[in-house]
Amino acid sequence: MAKPILMIKNLSKKYGENVVFHDISLTVNEGDTIVIIGPSGTGKSTLLRCINLLTYADEGQIWLDDLEITAKNCDEDRVRQHIGMVFQNFLLFNHLTALDNVMLGLTKVRRMKPDAAREKAMYELNRVGLVDRAGHYPGQLSGGQQQRVAIARALAMDPRIMLFDEPTSALDPELIGEVLEVMRKLALEGMTMLVVTHEMGFAREVADRIVFLEKGSIVEEGSPNDLFYHPKNERTREFLWKITELYGKKEEGE
Amino acid sequence: MDIASFLQYIATGTAYTIGVTLIALPTGLLLGTLLALLNVYSGRAVKWLTSFYSTAMRGIPPIVLLFILYFIVSGGINLSPFWAGSISLGIVSSAYQMEIVRGAILSVSGGQMMAARAVGMSKNQAIRNVILPQTLRLAIPPWSNEAAIVIKDSSLVYALGVPEILRRAQLISASTQQPFLAYAAAAAIYFVLVFITNRFLDRLERRLRIPANP
Amino acid sequence: MNWLQLFQRYLPDFIKGAGVTIELTVVGLVIGFFLGLVLALARSYGPGWLKAIAVGYIELFRGTPLLVQLFIIYYGLPSLGLTLSQMLSAYLALGLNSAAYQAEYFRGSLQAIGSSQMTAGRAIGLSRWKTIWYVILPQALRLMIPAWSNEPISLLKTTAVVFLIAVQDLMAKAKRAAAETYDPIGSYLAVAVVYLVMVFILNWGLKYLERKTVIPGFEMESKKA
Repeated sequence: MAKPILMIKNLSKKYGENVVFHDISLTVNEGDTIVIIGPSGTGKSTLLRCINLLTYADEGQIWLDDLEITAKNCDEDRVRQHIGMVFQNFLLFNHLTALDNVMLGLTKVRRMKPDAAREKAMYELNRVGLVDRAGHYPGQLSGGQQQRVAIARALAMDPRIMLFDEPTSALDPELIGEVLEVMRKLALEGMTMLVVTHEMGFAREVADRIVFLEKGSIVEEGSPNDLFYHPKNERTREFLWKITELYGKKEEGE
Repeated sequence: MDIASFLQYIATGTAYTIGVTLIALPTGLLLGTLLALLNVYSGRAVKWLTSFYSTAMRGIPPIVLLFILYFIVSGGINLSPFWAGSISLGIVSSAYQMEIVRGAILSVSGGQMMAARAVGMSKNQAIRNVILPQTLRLAIPPWSNEAAIVIKDSSLVYALGVPEILRRAQLISASTQQPFLAYAAAAAIYFVLVFITNRFLDRLERRLRIPANP
Repeated sequence: MNWLQLFQRYLPDFIKGAGVTIELTVVGLVIGFFLGLVLALARSYGPGWLKAIAVGYIELFRGTPLLVQLFIIYYGLPSLGLTLSQMLSAYLALGLNSAAYQAEYFRGSLQAIGSSQMTAGRAIGLSRWKTIWYVILPQALRLMIPAWSNEPISLLKTTAVVFLIAVQDLMAKAKRAAAETYDPIGSYLAVAVVYLVMVFILNWGLKYLERKTVIPGFEMESKKA
């Protein structure tokens, strides 16, 4: 049996009276690509941020490998080094070139020598196909290119798992493909990934498992085949029908 | 007084004015940046205290503050009027510079902090490597304005007896019986100093601007 | 004598001084307003030579310390045959100085209104200056209020240097208290409190004015965007 990298147990989060998500349990095994789908505002992004300790859950536990990262004495900065995060709006460091964006974590967090860090950063930029843009600033790159640099920045830290928070939602339609292509490649290479997205084509094709989250709870979880063609839950069926109405037109043509 | 010694006299006064500014501005920047960081990134009590500092300091005329601080500073440690006055002027400026830096920090998106933390940086590392480099660039244009104000406010240390331009102009006006010319010359020197400083900071801002496609 | 006693003893004196400070602020503000308006109009709509004069004036007064301007007027002008009293010198220096700053506020809002309103005015047959008077100025004045509301407070604070030509303003009273009590820190701290109170009241009043005069959707930011 594959080894679990990420284990979430009974996780709950509230903002005041507002329940963001409730009693979420989820296991991500090594090499798995798990896609989380669901309507907007159902706590998907917050869930990812809780995993990366950018915000805190109120109840429940999270393990990364054998380490409980929700424990009180846990070194958060260290945990985040091992978890790669890709944001919806890229969030590249605006004052640094693509290369320096990828290098910063290596030199400042992992304390690598500049030469070694540069070599590693170029390797990661090559992985996302942007070696020729290494000297460009974020303001000189397209949205798709920025997001690929952001992926390289996260990859450079050699994370145990990559979290993607709607990585293509802020992109113009013609730029979505290049980012999904990079993600597809990563999945094939065996990277462990947890992806929040509305790209159903990607989910169907790449995901090992799809998790349908609605109103802060997991409604249904299963293989793409099960969820798309034999959903057990009425709400899953409804959501997938709606989303394919909205996003799926182009996929039917494929 | 012959021309050569007259010019030397003026030059020394100008040097004092530049000296006061060169001490006051960095003092204010250092203190202001620190206060701004505390204001944005620390707990409620510190936030309230720093905000109070800013509001109170900016609500009092610079010369009144200068006098208060001068007597506190020179009473506490034995400093010459030049040093005590310059440091006091720097403290006066700190509240204004705090607001400049604070505004710049707030205009750097909160996402930048989050992205830095996501890579595994500590809060301090993120501030040093990601937030401040962007903040200080953004702060240059308003800061250029503050630099001009500090140069002009350096004339206030005249009242503490520091022999800067204005004080020298006063002495020259007494000895030559040409007050208009003496003060007009002082005005011209201030004007040139302010002008050069603004041009320099303009160029610095353009040099450091982050490249972007139009 | 503790600080509170000092404050109490000199309070009547401080209030008298504060009266002079307020007078200086109001007169300086009014002179600066009208002169600033003229400068801004000259700079925005005048012929080349007038524009140059306006720019030169604004740059000169913004690029030099008020204290130097004050000394030129009070000590320097007599040698050119124009002798003014301390109070008149202070009025004049504050007014001329504030004009340069207020001109920039005017110019900012004139720019924000832009040339389309001028075109619209000319299109219905108004002359250039009538368009400025009836169409552009009423909008510009309204638009300027939020930015301009910094000026009264800024001017109130700058008045504090006029004690250096022996005008009996609030700061001069502090200096006297300091000399009499041998407690400079306490004395200047006391007037600092009085200044703070004045600034807060003024600030509150200006915020009120801003709220009262706001026209929804007609703001500097939305104009610029």
